[in-house]
Amino acid sequence: MSGNQSYYVPESSIWPIVGSIGMLLLFFGFGQLLVNQSNGDPTTTAWVLFTVGALTLIYMIVGWLRDVINESRSGLYDAQMDRSFRQGMAWFIFSEVAFFAALFGALFYVRVFVVPWLGGEGAKGAANMLWEGFEAQWPLLNNPDSSAYKGPDSVVGAWGLPLLNTVLLVASSITLTLSHKALMYDKRKPTIYWLALTVLLGATFLFFQVEEYIEAYAHLNLTLDSGIYGSLFFLMTGFHGLHVLLGGIILSVILVRLIKGHFSSHEHFGYEAGAWYWHFVDVVWILLFTFVYVI
Amino acid sequence: MSAVADAHAVDHDHHGPAKGIARWLFTTNHKDIGTMYLVFSFAMFLTGGAMAMLIRAELFEPGMQLIQPAFYNQMTTMHGLIMVFGAVMPAFVGLANWMIPLMIGAPDMALPRMNNWSFWLLVTGALILTSTLFMDGGAPNFGWTFYAPLSTTYGPDSTTFFIFAIHIMGISSIMGAINVIATIINMRAPGMTFMKMPMFVWTWLITAFLLIAVMPVLASVVTMMLMDIHFGTAFFDAAGGGDPVLFQHVFWFFGHPEVYIMILPAFGIISQIIPAFSRKPLFGYTSMVYAVAAIAILSFLVWAHHMFTVGMPIAGELFFMYATMIIAVPTGVKIFNWISTMFRGSLTFETPMLFAIGFVVLFTVGGLSGVMLAIAPADFQYHDTYFVVAHFHYVLIPGAIYGIFAAVYYWLPKWSGRMYSEALGKAHFWLSFIGLNVAFFPMHFVGLAGMPRRYVDYPIQFANFNMISSIGAFLFGISQLLLVYIVYRAIRSGNKAPARPWDGAQGLEWTVPSPAPYHTFEQPPKVD
Repeated sequence: MSGNQSYYVPESSIWPIVGSIGMLLLFFGFGQLLVNQSNGDPTTTAWVLFTVGALTLIYMIVGWLRDVINESRSGLYDAQMDRSFRQGMAWFIFSEVAFFAALFGALFYVRVFVVPWLGGEGAKGAANMLWEGFEAQWPLLNNPDSSAYKGPDSVVGAWGLPLLNTVLLVASSITLTLSHKALMYDKRKPTIYWLALTVLLGATFLFFQVEEYIEAYAHLNLTLDSGIYGSLFFLMTGFHGLHVLLGGIILSVILVRLIKGHFSSHEHFGYEAGAWYWHFVDVVWILLFTFVYVI
Repeated sequence: MSAVADAHAVDHDHHGPAKGIARWLFTTNHKDIGTMYLVFSFAMFLTGGAMAMLIRAELFEPGMQLIQPAFYNQMTTMHGLIMVFGAVMPAFVGLANWMIPLMIGAPDMALPRMNNWSFWLLVTGALILTSTLFMDGGAPNFGWTFYAPLSTTYGPDSTTFFIFAIHIMGISSIMGAINVIATIINMRAPGMTFMKMPMFVWTWLITAFLLIAVMPVLASVVTMMLMDIHFGTAFFDAAGGGDPVLFQHVFWFFGHPEVYIMILPAFGIISQIIPAFSRKPLFGYTSMVYAVAAIAILSFLVWAHHMFTVGMPIAGELFFMYATMIIAVPTGVKIFNWISTMFRGSLTFETPMLFAIGFVVLFTVGGLSGVMLAIAPADFQYHDTYFVVAHFHYVLIPGAIYGIFAAVYYWLPKWSGRMYSEALGKAHFWLSFIGLNVAFFPMHFVGLAGMPRRYVDYPIQFANFNMISSIGAFLFGISQLLLVYIVYRAIRSGNKAPARPWDGAQGLEWTVPSPAPYHTFEQPPKVD
């Protein structure tokens, strides 16, 4: 409930409409790009739309955040505003949880029901008549119809790069917590160093993930079109990778703000929001490592 | 607070609205944004409605008369999509924007700039969605549920744009919902404890939770579609080890909570209006709150009742059948409470109350046909027939749409400072009521007799009922134009409305003048 303060309601702002126009151009361009590429039509206009949209969106994000940071620095926000931001970030992360939950749901449904049924198991195994001789296995190396979807030669083993990446991300969560602890005691230097190390660990993670993808495409024949294993593998780890990228960008911005002295032990919501996000991404990875790579 | 800061706050808060178009493009004011949502959703309602008129005109007689089958499929698809994502959901968000801050004594929504972005992203998404009508190969034509592989392997080129439209409108909905939750949790006036919140606020709190939980699931399913269409994945293709039924599971895991997203705020509206015109407090407030929460939780556990005929294991059929039927219990609690609120009240029947009573009666009809559909063995007969069409139109029109109409009549004096014409309002109600029942009740019969949904043509034995349905639909459609006139006339020349035009109405929104000033509750009111 609100105290007796007066809540800061910003004056009108151009950023939302700029962002909407950016989204319109970006997605219209992207759609045009995909459709024209599929149909073998030229894609120049689509690329222009896409790029202009992306730049507009970046312009919007920078401008919007600059406004918010300036308002925050000039002391316009009170404790209640801080709680609104916390609510906003927490529920945003909840929506991300729901997104990944749907992907995990798809993974489990495929593993527990779809593939065994296609292999003739259980009451619904009648589907086996479509592709006689198809054998259920996981990871699925031989697809029901190998001419339409050529299966992978093998899949990425859990105990190489993925294990290394797990160690990297878990370590980054620890360094982030150390940085946070230091911030709580207003120790600027360790705060900055630990956070910089966190960003570095995240970047290393992404480097190795790209390495892993190259390996999968070049040597394992594990691609997006190698059937359901490749589909789920790349969609799930790919979206996770995008989230690491986003989290890394957030933490980098926070790092710059930290160096500029924007945060103190009692005023650092932006820092905390970035940290929440990073820990969320870390937890998703542990689930991915368990259910996509190990088991 | 220091005097300087006070002076600053006063100076700050007494800006009126900006002039011209800038006001609407850049606004952070919850009332402006609420108005834009409402106007936009009504425009979409008329657009989707025009498509429905076209559908009913084609079905007026057996045989082909007006439109090609391919275009007919686009019309049924776009009608559903526009009504769900363009009309009903935004209308409720508009009502939330206008009313939640007024009802809990807050100066605005918690995150006002994001609020503006939610609205303009909705417009962006809707623009992309409607633009598919003008693309090569036409608009999406696979039904609003866009089942794979109809939408993946066999969909038109515009499917890609449809996917992005869903993404953008989903982002808009999630941001809107986050704003509602942050506002309700953080911005209530001192003394406004959770269990003192008006029911509309409660239902929106729970709806917002549902939105944040399931809109991302929709995003994930359309993303999988996009991957299947353009990147060679096999999510919905059994040849690669995927499964078209996977699509249905993920879609309906979104889809069932989605239908409650479209009804729970209407429950809240009705729970405001019935006590006001019964001049009694709401019967069983606490049980109402728990019933809404129960409905919301159960909504996550019943999705596969949309898929009884897909070939699920028998245990699945039974689980989803019983889980679905359990929902009738909290819903029954709500119907019971509304009726008990009216029992021995000093009832008057102004237009909002008429729509509210129409809601209680006709939503119950839709609810009961829902129980029929929940019975798995019986559903094998009803599945994909006009019985289903009748069922969900009976919950969506007298449910969601009547709830919105009731809210518009109830709060229009607060928004505009003017009264609408009671005679015209009643005419709108009765024409809608008759039109709706004439249009949709016969669909139960043709459905039970085996007429499948989504076909452009039908055998001769269904001719009479279909003609009756079409006549009812035209009546219903035309009477909605009356609403435009009623609102226009009220704003132009309606009588001035007092702060509290309904003598039985309770709540903070009636303590501010009509029309509500541009800024309200800059200092939070005290609630005992």
